[in-house]
Amino acid sequence: MSKLSRRGFLRGTLQGAAVGMGLPLLNCMLNDSGKAFAATGQRIPVRFGTWVWGCGFIPELWIPEKTGSDYELPAHIALLEPYREKLALFTGFDVKLDGVPNKPHVTGCFGLRTGIPVPDYNVKAPTLDVLIADQIADTRFRSIEVCSAGIERSYSYRDAGSPNPSEISPLALYQRIFGEGFQDPNAAQFTPDPRYMVHKSVLSATQEERRKLMQEVGAEDRQRLDEYFTSIRELEQKLALQLEPPAPVENFEMPGRPPSTLIDSEMGNVMENHKLMAGLLARALQCNQTKVFNVLFSDTASNLRRPGSSSTHHTLTHEEPTDPELGHQREVAWFAEKSMVAWKDFLDALEGIPEGDGTLLDNCLVLAHSDCSIAKAHAVEGIPAMVAGNAGGRVRTGFHMAGNADPISRIGLSVQQAMGLQVDRWGTLNMETNRTITELLA
Amino acid sequence: MLRCRPQSAAGLTRRCVGVLGFLCAVSLGGCGEGGERLALKEPEAVGGPALMRRLTESQYRATVADIFGPEVPVVARFERALRAEGLVAVGTSEAGISPFSVEQYDAAARGVADYLLAPERREQYLQCGPQVETGFDVACAREFITEYGPRLFRRPLDEVQVERYLAAAQLGIRQLGDFHAGIKYALVGMMTAPQFLLRIERTETDPGNPALLRLDDYSMAERLSYFLTDSTPDRELLRAAANGELRTREGLERQVERLIASPRFEAAVRAFFRDMLEFDLFDDLAKDGEIYPAFNSDVAADAREQTLRDIVTLLIEEDGDYRDLFTLGETWMTRDLGVVYRQPVVSRDGWEQTQLSYAGERLGIQSHISFLALHAHPGRSSPTLRGEAIRNVFLCQEVPEPPADIDFSVVQNPSPDNMPTARDRLSAHNTEPACSGCHKVMDPVGLALENYDGLGTFRTHEYGALIDASGFLDGMAYEDSAGLARALHDHPETPRCAVEKMYRFAVGRDTVWDERAYMDYLIAAFAEQGYRLPALMRTIALSDNFFAIAPVRDAGQHLAHSESRGREQS
Repeated sequence: MSKLSRRGFLRGTLQGAAVGMGLPLLNCMLNDSGKAFAATGQRIPVRFGTWVWGCGFIPELWIPEKTGSDYELPAHIALLEPYREKLALFTGFDVKLDGVPNKPHVTGCFGLRTGIPVPDYNVKAPTLDVLIADQIADTRFRSIEVCSAGIERSYSYRDAGSPNPSEISPLALYQRIFGEGFQDPNAAQFTPDPRYMVHKSVLSATQEERRKLMQEVGAEDRQRLDEYFTSIRELEQKLALQLEPPAPVENFEMPGRPPSTLIDSEMGNVMENHKLMAGLLARALQCNQTKVFNVLFSDTASNLRRPGSSSTHHTLTHEEPTDPELGHQREVAWFAEKSMVAWKDFLDALEGIPEGDGTLLDNCLVLAHSDCSIAKAHAVEGIPAMVAGNAGGRVRTGFHMAGNADPISRIGLSVQQAMGLQVDRWGTLNMETNRTITELLA
Repeated sequence: MLRCRPQSAAGLTRRCVGVLGFLCAVSLGGCGEGGERLALKEPEAVGGPALMRRLTESQYRATVADIFGPEVPVVARFERALRAEGLVAVGTSEAGISPFSVEQYDAAARGVADYLLAPERREQYLQCGPQVETGFDVACAREFITEYGPRLFRRPLDEVQVERYLAAAQLGIRQLGDFHAGIKYALVGMMTAPQFLLRIERTETDPGNPALLRLDDYSMAERLSYFLTDSTPDRELLRAAANGELRTREGLERQVERLIASPRFEAAVRAFFRDMLEFDLFDDLAKDGEIYPAFNSDVAADAREQTLRDIVTLLIEEDGDYRDLFTLGETWMTRDLGVVYRQPVVSRDGWEQTQLSYAGERLGIQSHISFLALHAHPGRSSPTLRGEAIRNVFLCQEVPEPPADIDFSVVQNPSPDNMPTARDRLSAHNTEPACSGCHKVMDPVGLALENYDGLGTFRTHEYGALIDASGFLDGMAYEDSAGLARALHDHPETPRCAVEKMYRFAVGRDTVWDERAYMDYLIAAFAEQGYRLPALMRTIALSDNFFAIAPVRDAGQHLAHSESRGREQS
């Protein structure tokens, strides 16, 4: 059976002839390790994603007392107990500002994601999800960005001029992935649509202008033009994929069309939209629509709010007095805890999909992080971060590690290495590091 | 060619506000004072680089409507625009095109093509045929490409390009067995091409001065057209460009007058104010449904339209004074808006003109819901956000970022009991040296609007305490929002800022230091013309500086980029 190749089914089919796909995916077709499909030798892909929540945490309710694997989960993350073995917790890692003004809720987030703190949205390097997508994306979508708090922003940037916008509506997300152009991976028949071929060739023709145009514009515009052509090439690749029968996927169920939901920053709606989008994203990952994703649960200056309250999560972090009995801000703690409930919802969505001898989560590496530690002071020291999933066996989890004020770029570096990037050094100035977190890499 | 963005002349003014607190000397410079020095003659042109600007959503839609007809649907989700130097127009010169955008542009192009080439409509756009439905009618395909290609690319296609799209059409016909399917993909190709999605300005050697570059004729037409109509050059403008008519004063004047007189001029004025007033931020605006049950997306849409209507009425229809926008008593109103303004609206369904100050002396566009609701929190007003917006939006004064390590212990606990009004709560900032520097710049301005809640409804009390709406703006004291209206009207920075933003809007970049004489010229001209906005736009469109390409100089002479990009919440 090892000679079966998916392309082999496709010879000479561009005129639209139907092709039978007699390939049910059976567990016996998986090889021993369960990491690859035995039928084709095709490996189960490893996916990468980030999950961001705003306004940090309440340290005493979040940071485990002990490091290593034998730690107790404090109140705000106690609900993550079922995922203890699939999570690595990182506390005490800092964004080193090196004199760069700390723009609240921005500098910390981009510092973690680019290895370079910036005083505004002018990122100085691609965010690490973009670097990883450049390496691994060969799917219909290069990456998918979603935000559950009604803000079309993301913290995924190729450069300052090209942020990747977030989908904010579950319905729009569904239509983008499972609407026009989606091919059921387990359909019995595959008929390549010749329109995709024509469409693709038109886009290729556009590329012919590239060299000429590049000579006609200035250096900065050349870079922007290059981004445009890269985006066009991605669309071409997407169309090329449409001409091949999709790889069959075990246990795939086409998700239902989500309801039209109210999109705003009220916590109940946010939790609902987040759950719906997590489910859709998990299905999209399962059937290879994308390998990279970025979830913004709440914006870094979190606009989350409770119904009827005149304050948002963010304004509360600054205005709410510390409750003398609790020793922390009561309302802020409510939002911080809810954020972890959402994170568990997200893990549930990935864990709920069996894949190989494990689950989808096992074949993902999800980096969850916030933008600051203590939001009240906008502190970028000790920004909480977590790695979830085992990246198909490439990372080790099940521990809590204290960073002891090490640069947080160590996490970004290690994550890139786990995803197969040839990088031995990352970040600038005091954020520059070549110190892999060896505990994380399997 | 090297792109340089030298230190901004305007930037100096903006930075001074934060550092010195209030008006600094520079900000008053120029206008009106040195009469002889500022004779109304345009100073020698400085200009800037040739730019590559991405079409905005409104420009994309207007361009498609102008080329193919207003009924043609554009179905796409446009990416949020990038804002730089306070304007999306400047952001268009910096924004890249992400994979998401290309996906959307592609979908829009296919939608347009499907619509145009639907069996019931195709004859309208393809008068030539084809001779055989399933064959490749080269002549007919060529006719289509050479008819619409130049409109889409805003300049004639060269033969290589024509052949390229012909080949695309031919492949489509061969593969799909349908002439119109082939034409469809040729059109999709043109509508996803960089020459359509980006306004790529081209230069040529200036025959009058071989050391200099100048914009080529079609790039001049493009600048003119998007500035004065927010859309693509029409046939007449392309014809004039082809004949070199834009090079002569007379030819240029004829086109400028024609465009300003055209109905599309209103679209340009609307585009400018949508940009200046940051109406794109409405897309992220949320209000708490329990606190503000009257707010919904209809109200939000009407609120924007109200302000734009008032602007069009005053500045175009009445050719009025720009400064009167801030003291305007007349307004347009719908029933939905009437609920928020607490004012009866007779018209059941539509707009009617009425008085703004039905309850309380409400004057000017800064007292509109479109301003008050946008610059407030989801559940309450914000004198700080409003004060900052008045400084940024209307006076071009930039307020520095708050310090990151703020000690909020002093401003904690905004409970109604001990601090019922925003003034009480904010006074805490003003006792804190780290905060007061900026809050003294923002709060007294925003506090004048405290008689309007987070949505913009008039109120006299907050948590039972009487609201004190007095304040001062750069030396002008007032008792209430009407006083702020008059202070804004009379502020010397008000017209200067309008000129500065209009020019940046026109050229898609920040002004440079060397352009300060030109800016003074525009400001003096604006004053002389009674602060008439169409006249200002005419002056810009007819000026040499608007089209001039700055010589490329040693990069070391220029300072680094200007900073802020994007806009954060606070």
